[in-house]
Amino acid sequence: MGQDGVLAGYDPGALFCEMLRPGQPPDAALTLLHQRLGDLPIDSLRRRSADAERDLLERGITFTVYSDATAIDRILPFDLIPRVITAEEWHTLESGVTQRVRALNLFLHDIYHDGKILKDGVVPRELVLGNAAYCQAMVDFTPPQKTYVHVCGIDIIRDDSGRYLVLEDNARTPSGVAYVVENRHMTLRVLSDLMAKLRVRSVDEYGLRLHQAMAEIAPGGISDPQVVLLSPGIFNSAYFEHVFLAREMGVPLVEGQDLIVEGGAVWMRTTAGLAPVHTIYRRLNDDFLDPDAFRPDSQLGVRGLIDAWRRGAVSIANAVGTGVADDKAVYAYMPRIIRYYLGEDAILQNVDTRSCAEPEGLAYTLAHLHELVVKPVAESGGYGLLIGPHASHAELDEFREKLKANPANYISQPMIKLSVSPTLCDDGVKPRHIDLRPFAITGRDTWVLPGGLTRVALRAGSLVVNSSQGGGSKDTWVLE
Amino acid sequence: MSETDFVSKHLIARHAGSALWLARYMERIENLARLLDVSKTFARDDESHGNWLSLLRINGDADAFFASNAIADATNVARFYLLDGDNPTSVQSAIRYARESARTLRALISTEMWLQINVFHGRIRALTEADISPEGVSGVCAMLKEGVQSHTGITEGTFYRDQCWHFYMMGRHIERADQITRLIDTKFNALMPKAADAAIDAGEWNELLRAAAGYHAYRREYPHGYRPPEVAGFLLLNTAFPRSAGLSLAQLDWHLTTLRSRYHLRGCTPALARLDELQSMLAAQTVEEILRRGLSQFLDWMQRELGALHNDIMTRLCGAPVAAEQEQTQS
Repeated sequence: MGQDGVLAGYDPGALFCEMLRPGQPPDAALTLLHQRLGDLPIDSLRRRSADAERDLLERGITFTVYSDATAIDRILPFDLIPRVITAEEWHTLESGVTQRVRALNLFLHDIYHDGKILKDGVVPRELVLGNAAYCQAMVDFTPPQKTYVHVCGIDIIRDDSGRYLVLEDNARTPSGVAYVVENRHMTLRVLSDLMAKLRVRSVDEYGLRLHQAMAEIAPGGISDPQVVLLSPGIFNSAYFEHVFLAREMGVPLVEGQDLIVEGGAVWMRTTAGLAPVHTIYRRLNDDFLDPDAFRPDSQLGVRGLIDAWRRGAVSIANAVGTGVADDKAVYAYMPRIIRYYLGEDAILQNVDTRSCAEPEGLAYTLAHLHELVVKPVAESGGYGLLIGPHASHAELDEFREKLKANPANYISQPMIKLSVSPTLCDDGVKPRHIDLRPFAITGRDTWVLPGGLTRVALRAGSLVVNSSQGGGSKDTWVLE
Repeated sequence: MSETDFVSKHLIARHAGSALWLARYMERIENLARLLDVSKTFARDDESHGNWLSLLRINGDADAFFASNAIADATNVARFYLLDGDNPTSVQSAIRYARESARTLRALISTEMWLQINVFHGRIRALTEADISPEGVSGVCAMLKEGVQSHTGITEGTFYRDQCWHFYMMGRHIERADQITRLIDTKFNALMPKAADAAIDAGEWNELLRAAAGYHAYRREYPHGYRPPEVAGFLLLNTAFPRSAGLSLAQLDWHLTTLRSRYHLRGCTPALARLDELQSMLAAQTVEEILRRGLSQFLDWMQRELGALHNDIMTRLCGAPVAAEQEQTQS
């Protein structure tokens, strides 16, 4: 390894490093990659990193942060050193994700029809029927192909023994896939020498696969269905991704105002008048979709859409009411849900989770608060959580009170020492914690995009990878 | 494959409107830079600030300007048009609206177009008081012109020529036709010799033609010198001159006709009828006749008709509500 190379002095200690993989059998591709990183001067990496950052800003691969009168375009920080997944690891991840998506869809069909799993007492009835995301409009309605979760993002972490664990299912409108593809393009623009002759799985198929799935779920009898992507509009923080997906699918990017329900069908307003719409990939939350069915004040949705959907005139992806399946409290039951519907053990394990709604769970959590991660069930984005080992006495005391006041709002998990990847920091290349969000598309069948979004906690020691909390992202290489 | 194999794709009405506005705002930035540049040159020896006043009047901005400025001098006018984000007719507003339109259209325009607009937007937003000093304004105007010209070139080379492109191009030609009438209006009365024997200020004619990017072409066409009807005719009617009203209208005609015949957009009909009348009015009279009947009135009429044409397109093809669109058409 070169003296001034990128990996000189890099030491992940006892943490599981996705790049060095101590103790694992040597892999020719990984050895070559280590060598190239060793030969890459850190100054060169810094220069390319600055190029990449400017490029992201100029391309507007940004999310907009609004405050008072100003609108600032921020980029999701991009770390150039890739995260690597071997072919064998990917096989496990891919089959584990596919299994989970199958179970999620079967679960949703069941709870909106016969509710067998509730009758059999596998999942508490109240947890499902009393869930804020449980949607009455879905009861007895069967979407095409019985698919509810057409696009699923499953957050996966790896512990210090190298074991993959599912942290969270995202079954509503998961975002981030545009970064997967854009990160790859960026690597090819500024660091292609690192990838030369390595066989890395392509990520370019996503748009085609998504369009294919959207065509598969279109109402029957239509040979060339019109798919549209429904976005809240240019001021939404994920608008860049909406543009990306519309382009990749080659379909119109519409807002609620562009659609209208007339004569029982859904139409889009075009220069030639109204034209029929068959499948809507919506990036709008359930609440806003249809003022007739949900929030009456929504300006973003389409009046009468849910009714047209229920009558089979149009298909909507993802289905509404899927939030009940990715709820943090339902999550704890996922291994049992998988076994119930598929008769298989879960390929990917859950993080050991205790529900504070249950007295034993609460008692255990209170007694071990200093060593647990406690999360509010209704929050996302890494907000409102307690990381016990990193908290002060005062913070622990304060949290204990919050927990006692509303125990049903919390779950607790042991603190997992997330795996790390070498990451360019101000003081050199350092180990930083990462996670992974693979994306699964389901029409008739499920397809998983090779890799997924690797998020990295850029602050030393931080376990929170969310972009709203100082997280960045990495290109994810699945080796062939 | 026949031509019609490519025309089945629908265009969202709102997107058509954004394409038209994108072109108008980008074109407006270049024209504003040209007007500022030429006014600055005219105003060099002008203590009365008459040129700045006429620039404000021609853009219909006098009231808004004097609401926050006491005198129309070079610095105030430059600040008003180059830095003031609250002024809806400033380049700051124009690039903001252009970028918003481009953002709306991002799935339809080329990546190169978006990238250049995004970078250009950053450059304009970064302009400060120091940049618009009397010595600096020319440089800023040059930067603005070049930015729009880059946009125009990238668009020519990368924008897929489907329906969306036709709407974009209509925006460009409406704006150019409108702007050339304003440019002529700004300067023409000032340039007309007061008496039959008064000497014509060749310098000012040069500047006017340069502002329209027509100086050298004019010299080639009319090497003998300047005659007001010839200059007016050149700017208004000469279809070889890229910014003439005549050429812009002819191009508009082609885009509207194509949209109607190839894409079967029935909503083109009112705009085509109005355009037909505009073109015949322009063709039916000589420049001498126009000058005799009153150039200013004629230019006003053209501007009104162009505004109405824009409304026809927005309301009949781009899904804009009738009343709201009329309010925001013209600055």
